[in-house]
Amino acid sequence: MVQPDIQSILEQYPQPKRENLIPILQAVQECCGYLSQESMIQIGNRLKLPVSKVYGVATFYNQFRFQPRGKVHCQVCRGTACHVKGSAKVLEALKQTLKIEPGQTTRDGMFSLEVVACIGACGLAPVVAINGEFHAGVTPDSIRKIIKSYAKKGGDNGGVE
Amino acid sequence: MITIHVNNRPVEAHPGETVLDALKRAGVKVPTLCHIPGLSPTGACRLCVVEVEGMNGLVPSCAFPVSDGMKVQTHSARAVRARKTIVELLLASHPDDCLYCSRNNQCQLQDLAAELGVRERRYAGERTHHDLDVSDPALIRDPDKCILCGKCVRFCEEIQGVAAIDFIHRGSRTMVTTAFNQGLNVSSCINCGQCITVCPTGALREQSHIKEVTDALRDPDRFVVIQHAPSVSVTLAEEFGMKPGRDVCGALTAALRRLGFDRVFDTAFAADLTIMEEAAELVHRIRNGGRLPMMTSCSPGWIKFVEQFYQDFLPNLSTCKSPQQMLGAVIKSYFAQKEGIEPSRIFSVTVMPCTAKKFEASRPEMSLDGLPTVDAVLTTRELARMIRLRGLDLANLEPESADTPLGERSTAGKLFGVSGGVMEAALRTAHYMLTGQELPELKLQKLRGLKSVKQARVEIAGQEYGVAAVSGLANAAALLDEIRAGRQDLHFIEVMTCPGGCIAGGGQPIGTNLDAVRARMKVLYQIDRDEPIRTSHGNPGIQRLYAEFLGEPLSERSHHLLHTHYTVRDVVP
Repeated sequence: MVQPDIQSILEQYPQPKRENLIPILQAVQECCGYLSQESMIQIGNRLKLPVSKVYGVATFYNQFRFQPRGKVHCQVCRGTACHVKGSAKVLEALKQTLKIEPGQTTRDGMFSLEVVACIGACGLAPVVAINGEFHAGVTPDSIRKIIKSYAKKGGDNGGVE
Repeated sequence: MITIHVNNRPVEAHPGETVLDALKRAGVKVPTLCHIPGLSPTGACRLCVVEVEGMNGLVPSCAFPVSDGMKVQTHSARAVRARKTIVELLLASHPDDCLYCSRNNQCQLQDLAAELGVRERRYAGERTHHDLDVSDPALIRDPDKCILCGKCVRFCEEIQGVAAIDFIHRGSRTMVTTAFNQGLNVSSCINCGQCITVCPTGALREQSHIKEVTDALRDPDRFVVIQHAPSVSVTLAEEFGMKPGRDVCGALTAALRRLGFDRVFDTAFAADLTIMEEAAELVHRIRNGGRLPMMTSCSPGWIKFVEQFYQDFLPNLSTCKSPQQMLGAVIKSYFAQKEGIEPSRIFSVTVMPCTAKKFEASRPEMSLDGLPTVDAVLTTRELARMIRLRGLDLANLEPESADTPLGERSTAGKLFGVSGGVMEAALRTAHYMLTGQELPELKLQKLRGLKSVKQARVEIAGQEYGVAAVSGLANAAALLDEIRAGRQDLHFIEVMTCPGGCIAGGGQPIGTNLDAVRARMKVLYQIDRDEPIRTSHGNPGIQRLYAEFLGEPLSERSHHLLHTHYTVRDVVP
């Protein structure tokens, strides 16, 4: 369903140059929200690169996702200040509650989890950004409640789409 | 020539070469884990570090060029300490199950730990765990044992042009795996097994068929036959400490009988059969305007490669099955009939220099009336393990000859073990088929040697033909690209997946180097020089098989038993 968009991105790079790989990956993620396997195969074909190489480069960088984002996207800050204030436990609580690992999306497509380096809100540490909204000074208990409230709302409030 | 000083002694060096190459020539041993001679250096493992006067840090000798007057210390206290620390750090995240490892006693990491005197675990840290990948019919990946040297990655990409595997993630999460970290079975892997032979540890190994074979040997209702490939008899001795370049065909046959096989056949017989069919097919294509250049089909890694990456060349592939599969089919038809044995009772084993043969044997189109024609495939290494387990002393076994029928061979069939050999064998018979006369000179020097691309022009009956023998699939791919771009002077191309041919196959002894390959090649050509029957059509066993059973090459029965078809294969490219 998103193929035509990828095609138009690829057409902007008529020559198969491997240095175009990262800009293309970024553009495809920008347009589709994540890098699907099909998109990486298409990119590999276009650049005459083996897909193992495309996937290798893409996984090297934290900025690329391989599953579509959930309706509710949780970004856990793991910067230094947040770490000191206990973000590891917050992340653990989120992983347990959502039953997913960072980079993954729940099967119902509701929640996705991402670990980010400092998001520049150290004064609010530990901080979790949910659909762009910052939740300050969270604890494992409070983040569980926050997730519950999003689950109840069904992601309508400030959903991505 | 320039001079460098190594450990206070002058050493001659070529300008532009690496320090490591100069050291090797001078006989100074510096350990390496990631170096592959001839491939791009990566400096990944850093075990080859040396001290160079005037440089602040240690330098990796594999990636550092020589310069005139340079002063190198290879075993200074600092260099040795650095190497030891590197090995200790590698061991910190390496499983401790050496005794249970497929590469116990054949592991470079183990050797280095012993050499450097590592006696305690100084670093203990968190270990990552990855599941075994057993999805593939030929190979097993054990990423826990991977030390990330990248040799498999480079070989797969630079020599084979496949690039089924690469590094993913980074830092402590780095691992070598397929695209999308899926099973090897859905990747573009061609099962050549060269990754096993370059792997310094036990991170890659073949799917072993030893248990299936042992079970069949113990089953009184099973009639167990075995065939051994042309190159196995010239490499097996190395597994038992003998020098490369020794043919132990007779002792091998004796060992197989001692292991309990009911019949011992020679795959070189089937190689002769392949030549009869393939030469007839070539003659047919030339006379009837069929698709040319025809390409050989005995190397299963190459076949999968074409099915995946060069599908427009599928009609160029000879329809002949490989010798392994031809003999498998003949065993479960002609032989079964002749001996009055129900084909379903026969358990057909092969010993191959090759891991891709395991995949080939499992291809559904290779079966006959619902039965697989080859039930189990052992590599040279696996057979050596079985012989050791049985306590046989290969060096002192009285030579025996193979069983008839299906055990006699010409030297042409034996040449299947070496790059260029299939072509040479095929031309001898094609010449005979086209002119009714033998080639005046059976030896085709231009098709011999370790060059990866060998080309020749051959005149048969006043007509000139272009032939080529290629090994290493990146070279084959380059040739196919030339043909796509319009090259038209070639009529017949032999392709072997592994560089040098089956004598350097992915199932051959660990630790194979260029000198060993050269010695193996030499002994195969010696056999061809010294024995009387040098053409496939001159093999009396082959003549009998056609007279009694097949009729003639390309007959209906031949087509049914000895020929196959290929499929477009959809894998992650």
